[in-house]
Amino acid sequence: MAKKNDWVRIHRVVLPAEGRNPNLPEDTAKVPLEMWTKGFLQADAEIGDEVEVKTATGRIEKGTLIEVNPHYTHSYGEFVPELVQIDTQLREILFGGEK
Amino acid sequence: MALAKDYASVMGRNNEIMKNAMGLDYDKFESGKMSFDYEALMASTGYTIEEIMKVQSATGVGNTPILELRNLTALARKYAKPGYGATILVKDEASNPSGSFKARRAACAVATAKKMGYKGVMAATSGNYGAAVASQAAMQGLKCIIVQECFDSKGVGQPEIIEKARKCEAYGAEVVQLTVGPELFYTFLSILEDTGYFNASLYSPFGIAGVETLGYEIAMQCREKYGKDPAMVVCTSAGGGMMTGTARGLIKAGATDTKCIAASIDLTGLHMASDTAFNKKSCTTGHTGFGVPYAVDPDHSDVPRSAARPLRYMERYVTVTQGEVMYITEALANLEGVERGPAGNTSLTAAFALAQELPEDEYILCSETEYTGAGKHIQPQLAFARENGIEIKFGDPSVEDKPGVNIILPKDPSYIKTKDMDIVHMRESFIKKACKKYGSFDIDEDDIEFLAVETNSTPEFVKSTIEKLKK
Repeated sequence: MAKKNDWVRIHRVVLPAEGRNPNLPEDTAKVPLEMWTKGFLQADAEIGDEVEVKTATGRIEKGTLIEVNPHYTHSYGEFVPELVQIDTQLREILFGGEK
Repeated sequence: MALAKDYASVMGRNNEIMKNAMGLDYDKFESGKMSFDYEALMASTGYTIEEIMKVQSATGVGNTPILELRNLTALARKYAKPGYGATILVKDEASNPSGSFKARRAACAVATAKKMGYKGVMAATSGNYGAAVASQAAMQGLKCIIVQECFDSKGVGQPEIIEKARKCEAYGAEVVQLTVGPELFYTFLSILEDTGYFNASLYSPFGIAGVETLGYEIAMQCREKYGKDPAMVVCTSAGGGMMTGTARGLIKAGATDTKCIAASIDLTGLHMASDTAFNKKSCTTGHTGFGVPYAVDPDHSDVPRSAARPLRYMERYVTVTQGEVMYITEALANLEGVERGPAGNTSLTAAFALAQELPEDEYILCSETEYTGAGKHIQPQLAFARENGIEIKFGDPSVEDKPGVNIILPKDPSYIKTKDMDIVHMRESFIKKACKKYGSFDIDEDDIEFLAVETNSTPEFVKSTIEKLKK
C-alpha cells in the first residue's frame, strides 16, 4: 500500500509497437516505446495500479505504480581482474616494477 | 480545445513548438536555397566571447586548469622514434560544477532562458549535458526536465546513463526515462509544448558559443605556461559541439596553426536505434554512432539548423577502440593520479598515439575530462559488458576489435593506435546528403561556396564531387 504524497516511480507505454516510427530497426519495431518517471503519488494506491503523480517540476503524469521510495542500484560493478594487470604492467614499463 | 497529442499531431507542430521554445526564428537565417547564414545564427546569441566568459564565471564555469600528463608523456615517448613524443596536456573540464565541459554549453542557454522569462528548461540527452542543464537551472532558480534514452525493452538500463539520471535528480531536475528509439523526440516535444519551457538544445547557438571559451582558454593558458599554442587539439566527437566550439574559440584567440583533430570510439556495426544493440555498447557517448552522422549531416538534431558543424573545423577524424579507452582511463588514474570518466578520455587515448607523430618540443592537448562515479567508470562499464556476453581480453585492438562482440584491451601501450577515417569520403558524403535533402544537384555558386565552407574544402572539390554524384 502506497500513501498519497509518497515519492514513487511509475511506468507507462508511450507508443505501442504498431504506433511507432516506421523507420526503425526490426528489433526495436517489435517493442513499444516505454517511459519511466518519478513523483509524489496523488492518491493512496497499490503497486500495479494506474496512478497519477506530481513530478519534481509539478507536472501531472499518469502510469502504473511500480516502486515506492525508488532507489538507485547502480554501482562499481563486479571486479574486473584485467584492471590490476594493467596497473602492474604500466608501473613496470615506466618505473621498472618493484626493483 | 485541447490539442491532439498523438505522434503525428505533435510531430506536425514541431516548427511551432520549437519557435516558442527557443524564442529564435530560424527562418531568418535561410537563404531560400540550400545555404543558410551560419555566422548570423551564431551572432544571434547577442553575446561576445567576453560576455560569455562573464556569464560562465558567474556560476563557476570555465577557467579550468590544464594538467600536464608527465608520466603518460614519458610512456608515449617509449614508443616514438627518437626526438618524438609531444607533451600531452589535458583541459580538466571535470572541474566544472556539473563535472564536464557541458556546463559551458548549459550556462549560456539557461542564462538566456532566464533572461527571456521562461519558467523552466528542457533538454533531450542521455549524456553529461543533462547534469549540466540541471546544475545551471538549480543555480538560476529555473525548473528542469531531462529526457533520456536509458533502457532496453527488458528494462535493463545502461549504468553510465543511470548515473547521469541520478546526477540530474541530485540537482532537483525531473528525469523522464525512455526505452530505445528516435521517438524520444516526440515525448520531448510533447512535454515542451505542455510546459512552455525553454529548449536548451545542445545544438543551439547559445550552446556552441558557450564552448568557444574553452578553445580561447586553451590558447591563452598554453601561451602563458608554455609560450606557444598546442600543435594539436584533440576533441572527443559525438554531436560535434565540442569540436565546433573549441575550434571557433581557438580561431578567435588567433591560434590558427593549431590542428583540430576529432576522435571517436569506433562502434561500427552497432545500430544506434537498435533495442538489442543498446546494451552491447560499453561506452554510451563519444562514439562513431553519433560522431559520423552528426559530422556528415548536422541538421538532424532537435533544432532546424544545428550550430554544431564539426566538418567545418576538423583536419582529421580518428577513431580508437573501447578497449584502448578503458586502458588509457586506467593509466590516467594509475600513472597520473587523476581518476576521470572513460568517455571523456577518448581524446586522451587518441592523443597518446598522436603525440608520437609530433616532435618532443610540441604540445598536444585533449580538450576535456569528465567526472567519474558509480556506473560511469571503467570497472562497472567493463563488468556490464561481461554480463552482456561481451568478451574482454588482452590483444591487438587494431585487428581483433569487434564492437558489440568483444573489448580488446591493448596487450601493451604500443598497441594503442588511432585509425584515420577517410575525411575526403566524409566530405563527399556531406555534399551528397545536402543535395539529397535539397532535392537537386543543380546548385548555384553561393551554394557551392557554402558547401565548400561546410566541408572545409574548396569550390572545385564541391563541383567535382557533384559531377561524380550525378553519374
